[in-house]
Amino acid sequence: MAIKVRIPTPLQKLTGNQGEIDAKGVTVNEVLADLEKQFPGIKGRLYDEKGALRRFINFYVNNEDIRFLKGETTPIKEGDELSIVPAIAGGVGVTGR
Amino acid sequence: MKIESLLEAVGKTPLVPIRHIGQEIKALHSGQVKIYAKLEYFNPGGSVKDRPAARMVQEGIRSGQLTKDKTILDATSGNTGIAYAWIGAALGYKVELVMPENVSLQRKEMILACGAKITYSSPMEGSDGAIRLVKKIAENKKDYFFPDQYNNPMNPQAHYDSTGVEIWEETKGQITHFVAGIGTSGTIMGTGRRLKTFNKKIQIIAVEPNDPLHGLEGLKHMASAIVPGIYKEKELDDKFQMATEPAYEICQRLAREEGLVVGHSSGAAMLAALKIAETLKEGLIVALFPDHGSRYLGHS
Repeated sequence: MAIKVRIPTPLQKLTGNQGEIDAKGVTVNEVLADLEKQFPGIKGRLYDEKGALRRFINFYVNNEDIRFLKGETTPIKEGDELSIVPAIAGGVGVTGR
Repeated sequence: MKIESLLEAVGKTPLVPIRHIGQEIKALHSGQVKIYAKLEYFNPGGSVKDRPAARMVQEGIRSGQLTKDKTILDATSGNTGIAYAWIGAALGYKVELVMPENVSLQRKEMILACGAKITYSSPMEGSDGAIRLVKKIAENKKDYFFPDQYNNPMNPQAHYDSTGVEIWEETKGQITHFVAGIGTSGTIMGTGRRLKTFNKKIQIIAVEPNDPLHGLEGLKHMASAIVPGIYKEKELDDKFQMATEPAYEICQRLAREEGLVVGHSSGAAMLAALKIAETLKEGLIVALFPDHGSRYLGHS
């Protein structure tokens, strides 16, 4: 089933300048893994060396920040939209999260 | 201290030594190399951006381009917006800002508290999206004063006339290296230019994110961004690229070990200062810390 993934400008070089990609999966993790299959290299930009999602990037399922849902294992279904948004400042602080 | 206008309180920020971080570096431990931080959060609006914003607005008034019937309009990723907002309120001008929707809530609230209006650009496009949108808004409208901080020579000039002189005097001419992040590049261009007039040998070192996708608010990855008109790369002696995570980590250390609660771009400047210190036998490095960390505490 298809999930619409919104890609921020700084990553669009990897997606052939596309701002929206259809991907498959039933959790955020799976959708991102499918994204990596389609566009090799994108995963390394989204996850840190320890395999955690980079804390300066926010992920939203529809309009909900996945930090307040189930994180990477947040379920996702057909028709949902996953937005990858550079946090810049929002949500990450000097005390870390 | 009694002053007639809050604008008089802009600048003359403290320069403090970094005393604990970096002691594993021999030359820092021995005191042959020193790192000082210029704490720009002491400005009335809480950031270095008070300096250029005040100057651009004052120059607009002086030149007659900014009159009471006009609204100050510009693109910002936050700190310049806060500066325009309080300066506009203090001087009696309306302010309208274009900023990416994903700037922190604290920034938005400070701007709204001063009565300024915010138009949001796409969170997917970062500060370049705000630059593109403000140009559309400013086109063909006469009731706006558009300082255009990315291209206004008064932005670096503010630092040429204040920051550069302050650092030279505060270090009694001992400064050997100046380190600052690049956003509009006004800070590094103006301060660097002035320091070079005092001593050509002073090294001017810029810091930028190592990746177009980064979390160092206020900084620009030049190779992938709209390059500001005021940015002259040939005037820099060096440019360091910094990753986001180490900058976040050094911010935690600055808070815990030095009592300096500063923003992430300050962390990036601090990391660059440490890298420079490792290569020196003696010297005095000044790193500019643009703002306070409270703006980055987010929902944590």
